[in-house]
Amino acid sequence: MASQILYALPFLAKGFAVTLWVSLLVVTLSLVAGVLLGVGLVYGPAPLRWTVRVFSDTIRGIPILVLMFFVYYGLPAIGLHLPSFWAAVLALTLFKTAQVIEYLRGAVASIPKGQSEAAMAIGLTFRQRLTYVIFPQAFRRFLPPWINGVTDAVKGSALVSLLGITDLMQAINQVIGRTYEAMPLYILGALIYFAVNYALSLAARRLERRFAFIRE
Amino acid sequence: MGYALNFNLIWRHFDKLWGGLLLSLELAVISIAIGTVIGLVLAVWYVSAGRTVRAIIAAYVEFIRNVPLILLVYLVFYGLPTVVDLAYSAPTSFVLTLSVYSGAYLVEVFRSGLEAVPRGQLDAGKAIGLTPWQRLIHVRLPTMLRITLPALSNTFISLFKDTSIASVISVPELTFGAQWINFNTFRIVEVYLVTTAMYLLTGYILLFGLRLVERRFRAAR
Repeated sequence: MASQILYALPFLAKGFAVTLWVSLLVVTLSLVAGVLLGVGLVYGPAPLRWTVRVFSDTIRGIPILVLMFFVYYGLPAIGLHLPSFWAAVLALTLFKTAQVIEYLRGAVASIPKGQSEAAMAIGLTFRQRLTYVIFPQAFRRFLPPWINGVTDAVKGSALVSLLGITDLMQAINQVIGRTYEAMPLYILGALIYFAVNYALSLAARRLERRFAFIRE
Repeated sequence: MGYALNFNLIWRHFDKLWGGLLLSLELAVISIAIGTVIGLVLAVWYVSAGRTVRAIIAAYVEFIRNVPLILLVYLVFYGLPTVVDLAYSAPTSFVLTLSVYSGAYLVEVFRSGLEAVPRGQLDAGKAIGLTPWQRLIHVRLPTMLRITLPALSNTFISLFKDTSIASVISVPELTFGAQWINFNTFRIVEVYLVTTAMYLLTGYILLFGLRLVERRFRAAR
């Protein structure tokens, strides 16, 4: 048993690399899209605000799995052909983007109104207000939940295995298919996911404590 | 492009979706009920326990929360029966998994709620001569519940959505029904539009109901 698992380790490592790559892509892309749309939600004109609101509430209201099948099988049906890897990344990114939008909205809403009024009073432009007054403060509120949310992205990435992408989850299933050592391999897989995510959540907790001095 | 929407085949197989939704709700309700018991018992135990028990409960919570649900579902359905002499159906296996999973999330919710109960209330309970058990039932838990209701509703909704993972072990819930129609009729866009609407509607109805409960209890102060 041990030798079979040892033999499979390089294969699992390759899957693990895919898991990390998918997570990294999803986290980065959703950060950019989510911050932009989040700013649109808070400061944008009404039509943009409504669009972002509907987008976010719809995406967050359905299971990621449904969203993933929708994107994966739906895009080719309407004539858009993405490689399955990118379809999976797109679906996960859409989901994560909706979360980032909400983190950003919450973080900005937590900054007292007086701050932007004061910035306006001293004649800062909209962009200056965001860059020098709102964002530096909102950042501290945004970071801890966002890092916590990164663990969701890593966990969510396990779903790409259902689209035939050989991530860690799929690699484990394939090794089990060859060796029939289901339990040891699932436990090994669980421990790997746990190690990554626990490290991330510890980092989030540490940051939260560090930023705790910020007054309400 | 050039994709013409045609919902006829979806309505013809709508029983797959409707039956699936009912099963999703059933899975969610049973798992959440069991998970709530696990969560309550462990949270109450945690706040009054010594270091060892706390460490064990924390280990359970941290482990479950940091592992993908899909892996846990596989582990319980395909892995566990290979080492222990148990036989269970896919739905039972999923309920078992989601119960343990929701338990871990609910321990956290209840624990932070218990810690947020003002000390003065417990002292007041002691002052009027309530026994520790009476203080728990009549003072601590009701206050805790009121504090945690908003977080609790969010957790419940998210657990309802998590039932979609049951489709990976072929439990015929809503997502599985959608996939069945996807593969058998190829009305892909339509089936996922309808499924999305069903999840959204159910989710919002649940949320609305839970918000009503919250409001009722907030008014009871």
